[in-house]
Amino acid sequence: MNELGFAWIDIGILLLKILVVIVVNLVILMIMEWAERRVSAFIQDRLGPNRVGPAGLFQAVADGIKFFFKEEVVPTGADKWLYTFAPLLVLVPALMTFAAIPFGTTLELFGRAEPLQIVDLNIGFLYIFALVSLGVYGVVLGGWASNSKYPFLGGLRASAQMISYELALGMSVIGIVMITGSLRLSTIVEYQNGLLLGFLPRWNVFLQPLAFITFLVAAFAETNRLPFDLAEAEPELVGGYHTEYSSMKFAMFFMGEYIALITTSALLTTLFFGGWDFPWVDEKALGIWGVLLSIAAFALKTGFFLFFFLWVRWTIPRFRFDQLMRIGWKVLIPLALLNIVLTGAGLLFVH
Amino acid sequence: MLHDLMPILLLFAVSAILGVAILILTNLFGPSRPNPVKLSTYESGKIPIGGPRIRFSIRFYIIAMLFVLFDIELVFFYPWAVVYRQYLSLGSFIFWEMILFIGLLLVGYFYAWKKGALEWE
Repeated sequence: MNELGFAWIDIGILLLKILVVIVVNLVILMIMEWAERRVSAFIQDRLGPNRVGPAGLFQAVADGIKFFFKEEVVPTGADKWLYTFAPLLVLVPALMTFAAIPFGTTLELFGRAEPLQIVDLNIGFLYIFALVSLGVYGVVLGGWASNSKYPFLGGLRASAQMISYELALGMSVIGIVMITGSLRLSTIVEYQNGLLLGFLPRWNVFLQPLAFITFLVAAFAETNRLPFDLAEAEPELVGGYHTEYSSMKFAMFFMGEYIALITTSALLTTLFFGGWDFPWVDEKALGIWGVLLSIAAFALKTGFFLFFFLWVRWTIPRFRFDQLMRIGWKVLIPLALLNIVLTGAGLLFVH
Repeated sequence: MLHDLMPILLLFAVSAILGVAILILTNLFGPSRPNPVKLSTYESGKIPIGGPRIRFSIRFYIIAMLFVLFDIELVFFYPWAVVYRQYLSLGSFIFWEMILFIGLLLVGYFYAWKKGALEWE
């Protein structure tokens, strides 16, 4: 302990955790970039990238190197500062969002108890929610600063879409907060340990099915994934808000989007599928093996959702913009409100 | 113990350094051979007509205003939801209280609906 009230070892462990989380995120990002094309190829009966490395796995590395050596083009009349700042504003919040998500049970090693989570915030969900909202700024600024019509329209659409679905996203988790009585994500995961009716794992998806459906749909819209990727609808808007971008700046938008996708999958796992909980097993009693098991369970569930996002993308066609707004405002918001009332009544009845 | 928000500050520093490093590196590695045609904005291969700051639909403004209103109402749900179970032991008042709040929210919601603020045709 020093005069500032912390030990240097805490800082060291914290830095290690941060680096591990960021590196793992970047590696999954690369795998996702490859998987996206590979899965789409299999769904469409093609081969997909298969030349670079085993089964084309190093395709993302090759792409990354290529992006670095491409020319940066700043279109005439573009706001240079905002144009450069926008990709940062997408990437940085996306990288920060993962901080509040617990990816394993507490690791006890050399007499230290280290929760596998960068920071256990008591306002965990609000923190994630706030950072997800920040992502909108990058998209809008990128579209606006390009000084071009397609990006401008894409940015407008993206902002309208993201703020509309943010409401449904925020409302759908209130049921979970009511049951758990906490916004702390580690408490929400702990609460889901155990069994329901003696055999079902006590995951929120069984207690809050309506919330799960609204959250899932809103999450698709919030991450700009098909069937809600109207911000970059190719037939109408060429590329949407990043039409004018090139080189690594362009790639940063994609990195931000994919990392947001990873975080959303992790959040779906945490909120509705018990986080690191492996059903029917008490991880805490197993020592180091329990920790590994919990990390594996978390990775498996998150991986499933990542695959689910890809699967949906290549299966369902895109919505029209009026349909998108109708689903957001006229279906999801009333459903989320209904879920709040039902949860409240249910808890009252049980009490 | 570390302060709660310090890890976030550290994480912000690491991510910001990563982001800025990418920007600087791509600037260093990439060639720079600009010409007027390359720098002109993309408009399906034609010479751009007029500026890009065009007039756009009023609906975007309406949606943004509605979002601010409903988002503030949404924020009020959170403290209520956190204490909901504890206060149930004092009776069902907390439930009916929120029913009243949701009722008021729905009045505004259906007003916006009837006025056509949610229509995009």
